[in-house]
Amino acid sequence: MDSELIPEGVQRCSLGKFLLWIGVVSVVLLWGVYGMILCWAKGLNQTNMNNAFGFALWIWADLAVIALGGGAFFTGFLRYIVGKKELKNIINYAVLIGFICYSSALLILAIDIGQPLRGWFIFWHANVHSMLTEVAFCLSCYFGVLTIEYLPLILENRQIDKIPFFHNLSHNMHEVMAVFAATGAFLSFFHQGSLGGVAGVLYGRPFGFREGVLIWPWTFFLFTWSAAACGPCFTILITKITEKVVGKKLVKDNVVELLAKISGWMLLTYITAKIIDTLYWAYVTAPKMGFTLDQFYTNNPGSAYGYWILIMEVIVGGVIPALILVTRKGRQTPLLLWIAVILACVGVSLNRWVMVLQVLAVPVLTFENWFTYFPSWQEIATTILPVAYGTILISLSYRYLPIFPQESELNPPPEELLSEAETVQKEAIEQDMASQDLTPAESAG
Amino acid sequence: MFPFSFEWTWDMSHYVFHGGLWYALSIIGLGMTYCIGKSAYDTITGKGGHHEDH
Amino acid sequence: MKEGQHDQHIKKYGMVIDLDKCTGCGACMVACMQENNIPFQKDETDKMLSITWLRVFKLDNGKPYPDTDICYLPRPCMHCSGIGEHGHSPCVSVCPATATDYSMETGIVSQIYTRCFGCRYCMAACPYHVRHFNWWDPVWPSGMERSLNPNVSVRMRGVVEKCNFCFQRYQIAKEKAFTEGRTEIEEHEYQPACVEACPANAITFGDLLNPKHKVYKLKQDPRAFRLLEKLHTNPKVYYLSSREWVREAGDNYIENEKVDVEPKKH
Repeated sequence: MDSELIPEGVQRCSLGKFLLWIGVVSVVLLWGVYGMILCWAKGLNQTNMNNAFGFALWIWADLAVIALGGGAFFTGFLRYIVGKKELKNIINYAVLIGFICYSSALLILAIDIGQPLRGWFIFWHANVHSMLTEVAFCLSCYFGVLTIEYLPLILENRQIDKIPFFHNLSHNMHEVMAVFAATGAFLSFFHQGSLGGVAGVLYGRPFGFREGVLIWPWTFFLFTWSAAACGPCFTILITKITEKVVGKKLVKDNVVELLAKISGWMLLTYITAKIIDTLYWAYVTAPKMGFTLDQFYTNNPGSAYGYWILIMEVIVGGVIPALILVTRKGRQTPLLLWIAVILACVGVSLNRWVMVLQVLAVPVLTFENWFTYFPSWQEIATTILPVAYGTILISLSYRYLPIFPQESELNPPPEELLSEAETVQKEAIEQDMASQDLTPAESAG
Repeated sequence: MFPFSFEWTWDMSHYVFHGGLWYALSIIGLGMTYCIGKSAYDTITGKGGHHEDH
Repeated sequence: MKEGQHDQHIKKYGMVIDLDKCTGCGACMVACMQENNIPFQKDETDKMLSITWLRVFKLDNGKPYPDTDICYLPRPCMHCSGIGEHGHSPCVSVCPATATDYSMETGIVSQIYTRCFGCRYCMAACPYHVRHFNWWDPVWPSGMERSLNPNVSVRMRGVVEKCNFCFQRYQIAKEKAFTEGRTEIEEHEYQPACVEACPANAITFGDLLNPKHKVYKLKQDPRAFRLLEKLHTNPKVYYLSSREWVREAGDNYIENEKVDVEPKKH
């Protein structure tokens, strides 16, 4: 029924099956939308945030999806600026994932602020000294860039492409895509960094505060670096999940391996810098503020913020995936590659978690205790909402847009889709030929 | 965001921040204007290109 | 007023709270809530959702009876000057919409409710937890709205608020002085509600830069200390205590660190 919309040379499931899938995911989406409407209508009393946890699950989700969506800018940087041509086969998907991540981040921010109708104040009354201002500007601009990068893909839909103007627009946008990609990389460097600066500049919060260079704390650079390292891992992970779901290979191994290798080296250098930063913070910065590492990681309720979280982040989510990805054997072994990209994504998400939640949980006044928080269902629903939205957008894009340039090559269509009658007839002819010991050409003649 | 809002001061922070911002916005704006303009021209003159490498 | 516009009228309003005198009666908290139209909820059991511009903490020395000792510590906004006295308070510097400002004229950290869009970054920045979010719209029981202070606006849901040293009283005092042909206000003309309500006279308020004001001398008391001085937030609220463990409770110290809480000699 929708076959005219599906890209040429590729196979897709039936429309009924597709709509059933979209329907199931939409139930989750609607649950999230309901939570979102409750928050907008009744206010943030619908959450379990409190005066100690002004930042909570949503801000973590924002930081995490932006880090994971970093695959778009870094892959774009590698493809268009560095000139890694192989990556043209995965850049479309990286852009789509980035678009989903950034639109989700903006949506979550719109729910998270107490007065959503005043959201524009952050632009209008901008305080240029605030890291959040820089985040808001760069994030919005970069979302514009991602939209520009995603637009040509939409225009390449079989039916839209027939319209000359859209065909030309798509072509012309591709021609200057390097300029947009470079702008995107510039904006990403700053907003990824500023997100790191959000906690890093809090000199009243010893867990988050870091020294740095000029106005930028070390977390500024670490966040950009980790997003560049782990974003591509997320792109690989989602690509692999998509391949599993649709039961087809969509991107050639050499493309994934190249991205995995670059990501691995980025991750290794990042985690080295992170370890140095942690040691300097633990032995120099924090003691100057009257704190020891033990104070940050012990005696908290249920050991929710024990040393395990540091080990999980740095060793399990950093060192191990980095070592897997920098070795050829590690990258080429499917199971190890899966493990590495999952761990890298977990590691960077944990980093964002502690830099939001643990910063606020640690007591600073000596007569206060650890603060605890567990999100309400409305917070959870609205955080899962982007996952459902992302799944739907990926499903729609995969079905109707030429996202994977190598798909048709990797999955050649069966020789001919023959009807049963034709098959029976063909078999009969072959049997006849065999009995007469003739070749098909002779038989036809 | 603009010099007429009362928070605005002509200092280095504003030069750097807004310089970077408007630079990026200009590139995005000019880039898109070029693409749309050229596409309209190509469509009218029938010069459409075709894309292979993306 | 922007930095660099200092003149001879520059003030640095601050507070000195004598913890040896504080009985923990809570009159300051009540006066603060009444003066500043601070809203409350039907259910105030979860104090993490309550709005208390001024909160009295109960500290103890952690020792068992008979050595146990307690101290009440009222905590208003510290009105931090920040590193370098540039008004780089932890909260002011992070507010993305310039909704909180450090006045170089008075040293008071203000909050512009109609500008705040509720991102709560300032709350994350403040180590003293003096900033509170309006999780609900304020609702006043029938008839109680008549007790509202007409000089203070009530705040809407979704914005942050905090102690402003009863800034409306400063404005009223300035207006009064102006009508009387004066440019300066007297020490007694501008006193926050908590100061006036304290039955033990434990709270003293004034210009920390003015040698004629009581706080000028009191802040140099050997018993004086400030909360979390090591963070360089540079608070304008000083505490006095003759008890060493109380002064020690004002900051974090690592093991074996020389604790500098001996009474200072001036």
